[in-house]
Amino acid sequence: MTAAPILALRGVHKSFGPVEVLSGIDVTLLSGEVLALIGENGAGKSTTMKILAGYQPATAGRIMLDGKEVRFDSLHDGEAAGIVLIHQEFNLAEQLTVEQNIFLGRELRRGLLLDKWRMRDLTQQYLGRLKCRIDPDTPVSRLSNSDKQMVEIAKALSRDARVLIMDEPTAVLTGSEVEVLFEQVRALRAAGTAILFTSHKLGEVAAIADRVTIMRDGAVVRSDMVAAMTEDDMATAMVGRDVSALYPPKPGVAHDARIALQVQGLTVPGHAQDINFTLHQGEILGIAGLIGSGRTEAMEGLCGLRPATISALQIEGQPLAIRNTADALNNGLCYMTEDRKLRGLLLDKGMRVNLTLQALARFGRILIDRRAEDAALAQAVKDFDIRAGSADVLVGNLSGGNQQKLLLAKIMQSEPRILIVDEPTRGIDIGTKQQIYTFLRALAASGKAIIVVSSEMQEIIGLSDRVLVMRQGRIAGTLDGDAITEDAIVRCAMGVGADPDERAA
Amino acid sequence: MSVLGPILALVILIVIGAALNGNFLSAGNINNVLSRSAFIGIIAVGMTFVITAGGLDLSVGSMAAFIAGMMILVMNAALPTLGVGIPIILLGMLVALIAGIAAGMLNGFLITTLGIEAFIVTLGTMGIYRSLVTWLANGGTLSLDFDLRTFYRPVYFDGILGVSWPIIVFAVVVILGEILMSRARFGRHCAATGSNEHVAHYSSVNVGRTRMLTYIMLGLLVGVATIMYVPRLGSASASTGVLWELEAIAAVIIGGTVLKGGFGRVWGTVIGVLILSLIDNILNLTDLVSPYLNGAIQGVIIVLAVILQREAKAKG
Ligand SMILES: Nc1ncnc2c1ncn2[C@@H]1O[C@H](COP(=O)(O)OP(=O)(O)OP(=O)(O)O)[C@@H](O)[C@H]1O
Ligand SMILES: [Mg+2]
Repeated sequence: MTAAPILALRGVHKSFGPVEVLSGIDVTLLSGEVLALIGENGAGKSTTMKILAGYQPATAGRIMLDGKEVRFDSLHDGEAAGIVLIHQEFNLAEQLTVEQNIFLGRELRRGLLLDKWRMRDLTQQYLGRLKCRIDPDTPVSRLSNSDKQMVEIAKALSRDARVLIMDEPTAVLTGSEVEVLFEQVRALRAAGTAILFTSHKLGEVAAIADRVTIMRDGAVVRSDMVAAMTEDDMATAMVGRDVSALYPPKPGVAHDARIALQVQGLTVPGHAQDINFTLHQGEILGIAGLIGSGRTEAMEGLCGLRPATISALQIEGQPLAIRNTADALNNGLCYMTEDRKLRGLLLDKGMRVNLTLQALARFGRILIDRRAEDAALAQAVKDFDIRAGSADVLVGNLSGGNQQKLLLAKIMQSEPRILIVDEPTRGIDIGTKQQIYTFLRALAASGKAIIVVSSEMQEIIGLSDRVLVMRQGRIAGTLDGDAITEDAIVRCAMGVGADPDERAA
Repeated sequence: MSVLGPILALVILIVIGAALNGNFLSAGNINNVLSRSAFIGIIAVGMTFVITAGGLDLSVGSMAAFIAGMMILVMNAALPTLGVGIPIILLGMLVALIAGIAAGMLNGFLITTLGIEAFIVTLGTMGIYRSLVTWLANGGTLSLDFDLRTFYRPVYFDGILGVSWPIIVFAVVVILGEILMSRARFGRHCAATGSNEHVAHYSSVNVGRTRMLTYIMLGLLVGVATIMYVPRLGSASASTGVLWELEAIAAVIIGGTVLKGGFGRVWGTVIGVLILSLIDNILNLTDLVSPYLNGAIQGVIIVLAVILQREAKAKG
């Protein structure tokens, strides 16, 4: 390889107050190469990327651009040097349209006026490269998460970057969207762009990256060619222990298990029609389906989070009606949202307030018992292995994966007997994933009933005793035991095997 | 800094006041400043909850005027039957409290149930109450019957151990408010609602009810403030309570509560109220700066407070 280093960090340290999150790391990006940066939640990947792009200053150490030391005083310096960063969290102006977002700050003009026509045209081209069919005039607030991610990527493409840095770009994308993205990445690599990305899906790392740099606790522990490592090697280097047994064994649901939840005729207008299912105590029920198949909406409707009608609902044999979230909670039914930023956590509050918000009644009838709260937080930090620099850090400053762990801990505070988790491991590292799977299985073993909504096929297959597949707002099929295979799920989700006529059409 | 800022400002003001005028720290002057602060203060405590939960209420000043007008009308009308005595005072107080709760409910209903912007709703009700009181007074002044006024006066001017009633009521409201905000579930729910209402909703917080309760509570406190205010002048007119809403909001913000919601502190609001009335008091006691510049100085303080808040946040 003749690749030359474009951008590099040498001995970089970063501290937030007294907490050091990077302790002297070296990272090198070569032109025409894809580098994957992997590591546990809170290892410092996002921080490293922000320093590389000039979003955050390093506390000590050097940034080398084309072999010369540079200082980025702001993100503008980074952009001027041809470095583009796609953040882990969306960085779009929600009220503006797709086109306005893509050209934000670099609007094309014709004389004094905006050249709207050309900008729209170019936007369509960029989106076309990503096979993304959204209207450039749609306000971003109306887009799905995966479309928002595509807009972020289109925005990055539009900048003709020399260095493209992507922080967990695939976390919200579907399998086929990931393929489309990787095609673009390959094209950019061939054109000589240096690409850095991170992902907790090691399969993606193996598929697209040339080299991998592994971080643990703010230090680089290994840097190597991808070809020289197996996925297990990567995981072990990342976590510091063997994680090849990701999913706990399925003991099977007892024949005489009591029915925890029975739903008949659940309809959420515009999203889901006539959903029927039963859930047993001790069972983990997976709900699979494409994004937009109505899984989330159906579960939200069930838990009183959005308008829905149910013809009959029984919890532990008791017929009842759920009108709002308080009803659901009082009956031991609890839903964990897929969107931790917008619906799950108060980002401008500390961990304690977030942890107890849903179960405040447990911490005192009128006045809140602060000491009990602190004890609960200490326990949760331990149980869920939440790594925060200090206990009073704002939740918005936690690493993405640690936010997810806090969200799960928060839901568990209300001690649900029926737990519905939506994308429970989005953005979570492989070691923690293993812990969460073990946790969910143990919860089931203790007699709780669990529903897992997930877009991650392996997760559904590895975890579920039974799988419901949804398609276009309806249950397209139910799979049991050995019948739970990737192939079977895809067939149901796409409507292949289920309805041969449609396949022909 | 965000904790120390307002306290520091208050201390500096007290030092300046004491240095400029020997009378400043006299019991009489302190009692005077505190009694005058009490009306705005009681209202500002309610406003702290409204703002913390992500709302706003511009109608409190005209609401106070309207409630004062109602009180006076009802008491005057009941005078022939009840005569001068405790029962008629209690009747007046009851009217004030009920009118306050009803007014708060109306704001809350329009904002939470019908989903109209708080700014618009309370701008509307502000105009409505102001115009109603003008209409009730027929453009002039509504005066409490002279004998009744004499009987009711002690509620403003008397007190226990030299501390006047408005101060005592203000103190009680503050203590209850502080506990409610920082230690009770309701305060937590207000902060969660103001911080991110979707997250609050998904966390089983009844967002609508929480907001509704903040407006009702504010209405009730406007009623309480009016009960203390009417005996002071014994009358209500179109100019009663003018600009109270802005003073209350300013006090809340100076005290460190975040205008867009999500974080509030009642003790801060108290300091905010004291800062505003001390500026007024110092300008009146000394001839350093014309008292006509009071508004300008208050304006500067408000802007400074917000800048300090932002600095603290950036460092956060
Ligand atoms: N602004 C901040 N203030 C305080 N601590 C911070 C701040 N930003 C990041 N941190 C801390 O720095 C550490 C590293 O965070 P970073 O976001 O880089 O992790 P990460 O490797 O990207 O993790 P994840 O896989 O979960 O996204 C975390 O412990 C986080 O809490
Ligand atoms: Mg990250």
